[in-house]
Amino acid sequence: MATLEHSAPAPVTDHAATSTGLPHLKLAMWLFLASDCLLFGALISTYVLYRGASTVGPYPADVFDIPFTSVSSFVLLASSLTMVLALSAIQRGDVGRSRVWLLATALLGMAFLGGQVYEFTTFVGEGLTLKTNVFGTSFYVLTGFHGTHVAVGVLMLLTVFTLSFAGKINQDSSMTVELVGLYWHFVDIVWIVIFTVVYLIPTGNPAGG
Amino acid sequence: MAETRVDDPGSETQTPAPHSGRHPGPREYIRIAIILGVITAAEVAIYYIEGAKDFLIPLLFFFSFVKFTLVVLWFMHLRFDSRTYARFFVMGLAGAVTLFLIVLLIFQVFSS
Amino acid sequence: MASVSVPAERPGGLLRRPHATTGFWSWFTTVDHKKIGILYGITAFAFFLIGGTEALLIRLQLARPDQTVLDAAVYNELFTMHGITMVFLVVMPLSAAFFNYLLPLMIGARDVVFPRLNAFSYWAFLFGGLFIYSSWFLGGAPNGGWFGYAPNSVLDPTRGMTFYAIGLLITGIASTVSAVNLAVTVLNMRAPGMTLFRMPVFVWMGLVVQLLLAFSLPVITIGLVELLFDRLFGTHFFDPSVGGSPVLWQHLFWLFGHPEVYILVLPAMGIVSEILPVFARKPLFGYQFVVFSGIAIGFIGFGVWAHHMFAVGLGPVANTAFAVSTMIIAIPTGVKIFNWLGTLWNGDIRFTTPMLFSIGFIAMFVIGGLSGVMHAVVPSDYQQTDTYFIVAHFHYVLFGGAIFGLFAGMYYWWPKVFGRMLNESWGKVNFWLMLIGFNLTFGPMHILGLQGMPRRIQSYPESLGLAFWNMVSTIGAFVIAISVLVFVVSAVASFRRPKQMEADPWDARTLEWATSSPPPDYNFEEIPVVHSLDDLWHRKYAETEGGRVVPVAAGGSGEGTHAEGDGHAGGHAIHMPSPSYFPVIAAAGFPVIGYGLLFGVPAVAVGLVITLAGFFGWALEPSAE
Repeated sequence: MATLEHSAPAPVTDHAATSTGLPHLKLAMWLFLASDCLLFGALISTYVLYRGASTVGPYPADVFDIPFTSVSSFVLLASSLTMVLALSAIQRGDVGRSRVWLLATALLGMAFLGGQVYEFTTFVGEGLTLKTNVFGTSFYVLTGFHGTHVAVGVLMLLTVFTLSFAGKINQDSSMTVELVGLYWHFVDIVWIVIFTVVYLIPTGNPAGG
Repeated sequence: MAETRVDDPGSETQTPAPHSGRHPGPREYIRIAIILGVITAAEVAIYYIEGAKDFLIPLLFFFSFVKFTLVVLWFMHLRFDSRTYARFFVMGLAGAVTLFLIVLLIFQVFSS
Repeated sequence: MASVSVPAERPGGLLRRPHATTGFWSWFTTVDHKKIGILYGITAFAFFLIGGTEALLIRLQLARPDQTVLDAAVYNELFTMHGITMVFLVVMPLSAAFFNYLLPLMIGARDVVFPRLNAFSYWAFLFGGLFIYSSWFLGGAPNGGWFGYAPNSVLDPTRGMTFYAIGLLITGIASTVSAVNLAVTVLNMRAPGMTLFRMPVFVWMGLVVQLLLAFSLPVITIGLVELLFDRLFGTHFFDPSVGGSPVLWQHLFWLFGHPEVYILVLPAMGIVSEILPVFARKPLFGYQFVVFSGIAIGFIGFGVWAHHMFAVGLGPVANTAFAVSTMIIAIPTGVKIFNWLGTLWNGDIRFTTPMLFSIGFIAMFVIGGLSGVMHAVVPSDYQQTDTYFIVAHFHYVLFGGAIFGLFAGMYYWWPKVFGRMLNESWGKVNFWLMLIGFNLTFGPMHILGLQGMPRRIQSYPESLGLAFWNMVSTIGAFVIAISVLVFVVSAVASFRRPKQMEADPWDARTLEWATSSPPPDYNFEEIPVVHSLDDLWHRKYAETEGGRVVPVAAGGSGEGTHAEGDGHAGGHAIHMPSPSYFPVIAAAGFPVIGYGLLFGVPAVAVGLVITLAGFFGWALEPSAE
């Protein structure tokens, strides 16, 4: 049996040396986001399939408050801006400013969630629940899944915000902020699709008349 | 260790370049955000235009597509990063769009 | 001797970090891919015995017409659990066992990219499997088929299908997370010089399978969530009476389900692609074609799902399109078969047990593939669908294919993993009994199917004339059982022998054989530098001008590769990631959430807290101390 030519031992957790030159966590995050596209694809197409199929109301036109939801959309878009500003700051080594933008992102995210909660409770009050019809079923589960993703994002933002006080977030560890950012922007682009497909594109005459 | 641009997995391990490509600064990000806001406002405005049914839907899709692309390419930095990330993301995105369009076509969702 | 450098005691912290890498408890906190691979293997094999028992009970019931050995309700649970077990709790985790153990070794790495995530995947799988099985004692097992078609799966009043939905969601999380882990490992942890096209075929198949998992699991996740919501919260996803569609379930299920069958068989194809060259003493014929075919199969595999729905009434356009795509996928599959045959042709063949199982794989898989092509012809499928002809097809590809390939892998890599060989004579008995028993069991099902025997029926009347072949099939099933018993006895007996194995007992070609058997914790004394495909082979042998293979003179044999090593390569200590409690804690929350959904909401909160605590502890803990 031959001896193998040797090189310096490569430690497992050394983030510097990878076969593609790309950091492990970032590659993993992009792969995860790619797979998440299929998750939302399934939910969105369920919604589209059942558009106009409800046999009883309330129907979308009966409950949607487009101005309100537009404000929510602006809020989420703004949070993407604050997120990228947070990353930009930490990449320049400005922990203090990054911290501010991180908190802003989290607060905007919470505002979005608050808007969702308000919207859901209003709709329920108007007679639209999970069980009412296929519109209720597909709408709440789709937007609920999205909202859960936002909530997880807020949790991560607040965690990173807190860790920054313990000195754990700095220019060398800006990857953490970058990863949270990628996740956060993904949640935003999903909403861009949902806002158009669910809210803005009008549903045809409902099946029930 | 070579700090080469990585499009193909090299034959040697490579230290990731700390920041590959250029980074937009805050000004550019704010500009993008303003564009996103304007497009959103346009989308909502169009929604209220009566009788725009026929081009409403394609226009709305076009606007969403633009917003989606702007966020992915600039905020998610895909325009400046390794193509490997884009390849994976496109795999998932294109896969989702294609497969579910086929499902919806089979259900004849797009026919009247 | 422990190779981990002894870390300083960390004061405080949520839980004191475990340090042991040996001993019983170390198995609960291990993050070592080799130990995790062994855990997957043992667990999967235990489920194989259980799933096999379920099959024997089914065959007992069907041995003769009009029997009532099992009533219809129990019968439905048995065939459902047999399917769920074999697909999700046997073949997938057994493949995971091989990927976990071998991928890092084959690419010259010390572990996977995210060792704690790796451990988490195993525990989530185990808890998911146990959760599903607990249903037998908690109101009834799933009974709607492994494919859970709506509206039956929604409307069934027993708890079983709720266990099904939740249990598969848990195991789905395990697999999704593992897919990302292993894909990034293959892309990012290769030894210097190992370009993608110098990777072993098994590693390539591993990469393709992880991508298939990553892109197909989310779809069934949504399907299962929708099913769960329909069952628990009264939603209408699959409720036709108010505008929902049960066919939506079928699309969501098979969008996952079809890539899933390639997830089930590609690992075995990868194993066979490694074994044939070693025991034919020839390189794999057409390496690049085999790799590209695997990629093509993975890709096209996403485009054929509705061939499971030909009889649903999708219409001639859809049916035709999917018939064509299904026929197309036979092409890359055929390419692989011809390349394997080309590998054997003119080879210096040793008929060892791994080789026998590999050749058996090829033969049985071809038969299964032929019946598969028959199903692709839509009018022909109208007759075959929902009959035993289909049952015959998928058992030929999944048992004759995947299981045979996995057995080949067990015999081949047993010495590497356990430091002992499995006895060759017993191995041959195992193989021949299994081959004969398998064909006796499933061969007749082709006939039964064409004679009109439907699937999933608890009994059949005498007058249908199905009795003879059913009896043959049942006898065959018990022959399989004996062959498995032979394997179990042989495996247990192997541990009676001393752990004394050379690094490369088979004279093989890939990097896992370049380190000791079993490998040390850190896998390689020093990370190898790779210069070619089958790098190990080229270190050992060169080709003369006449094309003869001769041993390389210089270098001696086994210097530095036999010894366990003392964990110091060139004077530097090798730091491996430390064990951790958090993966198992994080995973433990999932079944608690599941029981909460079934029996009482408070448990959901408790489970969430456990899982979140696990994740937070994990995030805040350094990977190595």
